Amino acid sequence: MAEPVNNAPSTATRHVSLNESLIFEKSAPGKRGMELPPLDVPAVDGDSALGSEFHREAVDGLPEVSEIEVIRHFTRLSTWNYAIDLGMYPLGSCTMKYNPRVNEFVARLEGLATEHPLQPVELSQGCLRILRVLERFLLEVTGMDAITLQPCAGAQGEYAGIAIIRAYLENQGNPRKKVLVPDSAHGTNPATAVTAGYEVLNIRSDASGRIDMSHLAEYVSDDVAALMVTNPNTLGTFEKDIAQAAELLHAKGAQLYMDGANMNALAGIARPGDFGVDVMHMNLHKTFSTPHGGGGPGAGPVAIKKHLEPFLPIPVLAEKADGSLFWEANRPKTIGRLRAFYGNFGVLVRALAYALAYGPGMVEATRDAILNANYIRKKLEDVYDLPYNQPCMHEVVFSDARQKKNGLNTMDIAKRLIDYGFHPYTTAFPLIVPGALMIEPTESESREELDRFVAAMRAIAAEAEQSPELVKTAPHSARVGRLDEVGAARKPVLRWKPR
Amino acid sequence: MRYLPKSNAERRAILSELGLESVEQLLQSIPESCRLKRPLDVPGPLSEKEIIDYFRARASENAAGYTSFLGAGVYNHLRSVVADSLLQRGEFLTSYTPYQAEISQGTLQAIFEFQTMMCQLTGQEVANASMYDGSTAAAEAAMMAVRLTNRRRIVVSRALHPEYRQVVNTYAEHLHLEVVEAGFDGSTGQTDLAATRGMVNDATAAVVVQSPNFLGVLEPVPQFAELAHGAGALVVVAIAEAVALGAVRAPAEADIVAMEAQSLGLAPSFGGPFAGVIATREKFVRQMPGRLAGQTTDHEGRRGFVLTLATREQHIRREKATSNICTNQALCALAVTMHLSLLGKEGLREMAGQNLAKARYAVAEFEKLPGVRRAFSGPFFNEAVLGFPCSVRIINQELLRDRIIGPLPLGPFFAEQTKRGLLCVTELHSRQDIDRLVAATRRALDSLGMASREAVSTQAER
Repeated sequence: MAEPVNNAPSTATRHVSLNESLIFEKSAPGKRGMELPPLDVPAVDGDSALGSEFHREAVDGLPEVSEIEVIRHFTRLSTWNYAIDLGMYPLGSCTMKYNPRVNEFVARLEGLATEHPLQPVELSQGCLRILRVLERFLLEVTGMDAITLQPCAGAQGEYAGIAIIRAYLENQGNPRKKVLVPDSAHGTNPATAVTAGYEVLNIRSDASGRIDMSHLAEYVSDDVAALMVTNPNTLGTFEKDIAQAAELLHAKGAQLYMDGANMNALAGIARPGDFGVDVMHMNLHKTFSTPHGGGGPGAGPVAIKKHLEPFLPIPVLAEKADGSLFWEANRPKTIGRLRAFYGNFGVLVRALAYALAYGPGMVEATRDAILNANYIRKKLEDVYDLPYNQPCMHEVVFSDARQKKNGLNTMDIAKRLIDYGFHPYTTAFPLIVPGALMIEPTESESREELDRFVAAMRAIAAEAEQSPELVKTAPHSARVGRLDEVGAARKPVLRWKPR
Repeated sequence: MRYLPKSNAERRAILSELGLESVEQLLQSIPESCRLKRPLDVPGPLSEKEIIDYFRARASENAAGYTSFLGAGVYNHLRSVVADSLLQRGEFLTSYTPYQAEISQGTLQAIFEFQTMMCQLTGQEVANASMYDGSTAAAEAAMMAVRLTNRRRIVVSRALHPEYRQVVNTYAEHLHLEVVEAGFDGSTGQTDLAATRGMVNDATAAVVVQSPNFLGVLEPVPQFAELAHGAGALVVVAIAEAVALGAVRAPAEADIVAMEAQSLGLAPSFGGPFAGVIATREKFVRQMPGRLAGQTTDHEGRRGFVLTLATREQHIRREKATSNICTNQALCALAVTMHLSLLGKEGLREMAGQNLAKARYAVAEFEKLPGVRRAFSGPFFNEAVLGFPCSVRIINQELLRDRIIGPLPLGPFFAEQTKRGLLCVTELHSRQDIDRLVAATRRALDSLGMASREAVSTQAER
């Protein structure tokens, strides 16, 4: 294996990109990568303009590097990342699909990227129209009645949704105390319920991995505000009793919240508004293809039923008689504002560009996503344990039960996948499957890519039998080997400091 | 469809390997009553060319071609094409959150560099990998102070951005926290220190001030820190205009800094996506929300980076997490890192200096107009509240004829300030832009017959 070259840039023995240091380590006084046009008004002295107690001369430590050094630094860093543009990225529940380039182009247009959120509304009609068309599109896809595009990500959408439910119940006299969350749920669900002031009760899954309806019936009471359910759930299975769950909740005055993280399995096929959902969020960085960008930005619109409309966050996009659009903020029952301005507009532009590219044909993408997941299920079910053996929707969840016998777990298999040129699947989630391998191919994979992935997974299964150590110590081809995460957390080094 | 990489023959081949005739057979777990039995009623499909035409048409309905003097939390500063071109590399754009460290070192090292730069700017010891924006960072900072002090009262400056205040209120309400507002001094524009002192008690978790504040005025952070610390409370400093930190002392006395980094390399983009940041003292890091990248080594001793201290986060702690945040604004934070790398120490100093100079030039030119004065005396960076002899709204209507978007009317935010507007001038405004604004304002005042009432109005404004 490679010698430790990373800390010895002056003695490089291989391609220099393997040695890329921190930007601060390249710095030398007097260099810069950007120049300003000359000042065309009289210069002022910082001390006299601000007073010496407020003025600072410069920010010490900021790098001083030239333009080409910045280009090379970040280009080299980029080569250390895996990306959808390089190959299949089968992270379950993350929906890593193709991010169309035209979406990047239109989000940067003069007249969109340049617009200030507080400019006069009559000079913002283009921006507002984009938001309006996206609202309408999402309402048709979800079958809901009203929507806010303000939340910046799924978790903030969840927060908005639960806050809306809380305000609705409070308005009826009692906000209630509990939110029910299935044990297969994303971690954001319980965290959100707590942030919105609720106590969390976990609901068991049944033998098929779906919500245990009898357990649910037992738990629904006058003290329950809502059930938060992901549909399809994190096993990639449709919650077929969802309409009955809604009835159960509604009979006790509780609300049904749907986490729409997995809408990629439903768009054009089934609409939450048609099966009893009162509130839901979508992750536009999943289903609507806005780029994940290494962890954001996203957008988490929240769609609701009519009875919850008075509680939407402000401002709400509204239309005048003449068809012009404006922001309405005078809404006495609102849950308030979730962030400054109107949400991640640039992300919303990309989402609409994606939506318009497909139009009603979005259902084709949904079908392909489901087909791909089932193909992988079929091609791997003889070598990996399938704890819930049933047709799946957009994702399939195996477990590491068979490889456990050779001392290997899901993380080992995931790391070995890196050596075969793929990003790992989601490991160790959902919690109801011990040692889960959660695979979501999305519609963006060709048959050739799927077959390459299947071949890699089968090869690893064979290695697990014949040479488990090879798998245990993977990856062997990445820029770095397995990193010491325990050490990183024990003595955190969270910033660079000059020697 | 051009985004879908399968022919119908390939689809049929896969189906036959599954022993199926149609995808419909895979959907049988969805009850009939839940199915949509018609095509979606939505516009499209559109080709690439049609998509571009559609968005160009929408862009033409906005303010392209206007010169804007708006700030108030969103700033137009110089950006290099270099950063945006790097940012569009697919390896950055189309990668996920770097949970698999071995093939995410590019993103992780860049986050580590971002965290370092945010510490350098704010004078704090640790900074996170980003929050949604400045307003949610302020709300999360206040809640973090609540957890750290085990107290439930938050004193918020009335000179905190009004929309940030609304966001703090939204989050506080659901946790039944008490939020009280401290007014600002009518002559300096700084948060009223005496009034704040009167509101801080032994139930107070945090005092939240913004500097430069919404009125453009710098706050004396050390004095607020002393006041808060004297009562066992923390001081949270919000920063909406990060370029100011190139010329203004870092709020090192703050316990938590909640910053919006938009002005360091991100387009206004009608209000988002931006990059919020929380920075704090090392001893508070375990109560900090959001992702953190940390340095470590692999088995051969090579330096590498990982996401760390995840036991604070929702995917590990679920209902016991410090926050529910998951997706953040990583690509925006990367853009800021690239921008600050290009700008560097000297570039930021020069940019901040130009803002200081141009804002002062603009204010001096405005004060040559009859009845127009800067409304507050406190030190300012690139924004100033100007008092006019009549409604700012009316003046701005006139300015639009010259394709100028004038100072932000303060009436909607502070009922008593209808004749005041918040002017923002950055390095991107040329002297000619400023002169054109002042001349157009003079014409507007003349046409509105304000010149003759100068003396009276000036009196009233003060």
